Amino acid sequence: MTPLNKIFRRAARQDASTAEGQAADLPISTTENAEALSLDIAANDPLVAYFESASGAVDVETLELESPALDALRTAGVKLVVPLVSQGELIGLLNLGPRLSDQEYSTDDRRLLDNLAAQAAPALRVGQLVREQEDQARERERIEHELEVARLIQQNFLPRELPDLPGWQVSAHYRPAREVGGDFYDLIELEGGLVGLVVGDVTDKGVPAAMVMAATRSVLRAASQRVASPAAVLELANDLLCPDMPPKMFVTCLFAVLEPASGVLRYANAGHNLPCVRTAAGAVELRATGMPLGLMPEMTYDEKEAVLGPGESLLLYSDGLVEAHDPGGEMFGFPRLRELMGRAASTSPVDGLLAELDRFTGPAWEQEDDITLLALERAPQPIAAGKTNGTVLAAFELASIPGNEREAMERVAAAVAGLDIAAPTLDRLRTAVSEAAMNAIEHGNEASAELPVAVQVLADPDVLRVRISDLGGDRPIEPAERPDLEAKLEGLQKPRGWGLFLIEHMTDGMDSWTEGERHTVELTFRLRGEKDADESL
Amino acid sequence: MQTSRFEARVQLGHEAAVVELEGDIDGSAEAALEAAYAEAASHEARVVRLDFSDVAYINSTGIALLVGLLAQGRRDRVELEAEGLSDHYREIFEITRIADFVRIIPDGNAS
Repeated sequence: MTPLNKIFRRAARQDASTAEGQAADLPISTTENAEALSLDIAANDPLVAYFESASGAVDVETLELESPALDALRTAGVKLVVPLVSQGELIGLLNLGPRLSDQEYSTDDRRLLDNLAAQAAPALRVGQLVREQEDQARERERIEHELEVARLIQQNFLPRELPDLPGWQVSAHYRPAREVGGDFYDLIELEGGLVGLVVGDVTDKGVPAAMVMAATRSVLRAASQRVASPAAVLELANDLLCPDMPPKMFVTCLFAVLEPASGVLRYANAGHNLPCVRTAAGAVELRATGMPLGLMPEMTYDEKEAVLGPGESLLLYSDGLVEAHDPGGEMFGFPRLRELMGRAASTSPVDGLLAELDRFTGPAWEQEDDITLLALERAPQPIAAGKTNGTVLAAFELASIPGNEREAMERVAAAVAGLDIAAPTLDRLRTAVSEAAMNAIEHGNEASAELPVAVQVLADPDVLRVRISDLGGDRPIEPAERPDLEAKLEGLQKPRGWGLFLIEHMTDGMDSWTEGERHTVELTFRLRGEKDADESL
Repeated sequence: MQTSRFEARVQLGHEAAVVELEGDIDGSAEAALEAAYAEAASHEARVVRLDFSDVAYINSTGIALLVGLLAQGRRDRVELEAEGLSDHYREIFEITRIADFVRIIPDGNAS
């Protein structure tokens, strides 16, 4: 009898890992060539089904099947095949060439082979399973090792400690997903006491993302020392990153420069989530547009400016927070983030948001992406009656009659006429004063003509402040719904409700406080350099 | 007390009905604005162009009126255009996203 060679490859069945028509690789042996030969059997080859249902050894020569694999067996000189079947699945073949005596295989030969196959098949299946598990364990180990490398790279490039900024509370949180993403954040000391703020997210995960994150962080640090403006920093970083960015990868990034003494924040955005500011009047998003880093060279970026007033908080964050899902599949989402940021809170935005995220996702949540939060809270201004900030340019009172907001607007505009304010800023001032006065008349004083609305205009060399007070401070203020134009057009929101939104966008800052029944809203307009900025638009 | 004054006149053209707005667009403009739109729409104009050249002041209530007009235009399948906007109100149209739904005609391009 021809010696049997080892033929231990699992035959392919059409299953999750074997697509229709995909070839299985079965070695065969012949008398001429005792080495196992590879034989591809397509999963849909009728020979597979035939062998699986065969009751014992099969004569290859007498088989009548349209089968490429059968042709290959014949070509290789195989005379007799004993299918190895385990639990109805073909897992291997014993292939025999012609007997050395050239006689046919006898009934005893076939019985012996059948018995051998019956015992070999389960043992072979066990061997195959052990090998598969070993392969899987090795793959898991390799992935874990790669993730550990990615974690090490990433954590090595995150700030080890946060800067101590007088008048500010800085907090940060970074929580990597199991499959480490490419999040990063940074705080960079700049000349003149300025602080660079960065939050970014690299597409992709694992070691490639971590490597790009490390490079981006270094490039941003270097660029921020060479050029002053956030837009220029992103432009330079983009040009430096583009040539070496791996295919299909890019970096979203928010870069801002904070002047801690004044609260002035200049920022530019390379396709990242919009920063969110908690103000007394609700959450405000800081918009600026620009393409992610590393996609195309010679990109330009919008640069915008805002003033973080006393008591206001800035939040920079990555996708991992807003794209988290609860057990029912609902996403945390931007509206929820804005709503949480819009609430007055005694805790920092970071602590509050993480607590809400944990409540939202539940304890069994497997984190889907890195979560990065960076928050800067400006200490609140002590509230004192009769406080002043600069020279009083005007102080007057109006009756709470709808329409009198126009008078407030004209009188404030007249009061600042000597300040040489650029025309666009003056337009914004007029609109903001009009809206704030209308709120005071219609909501604060409920249009009771006998109740006065007080207006005070103060200026110092850097900042113009307009304070508008009503007597509605003893009543709770209804939280304002953020206007959404599409919702209004679809009838889901009322057409009105634009006042606060306009004030937020027309001013550089807004603050409010209550002393007894007196409720005051302070509108802030930055004067220093505003003309240059407006004229460059 | 300030009193506001607002008028809206409809001029029917070949391509669009032009609504010439004059005065302040605030709460007191509601009736005149809606009447002007209704008149323009009654002539089956597919495009209604709002001419803001003589508008000096729009407040948040005026923005709400324009949003209402925009919603009505959507229902009537009437396209709204705006011309003669100052830079300031163009900025407000952009931040409120009204500019995403109203075609703003640059100065000098009005026909």
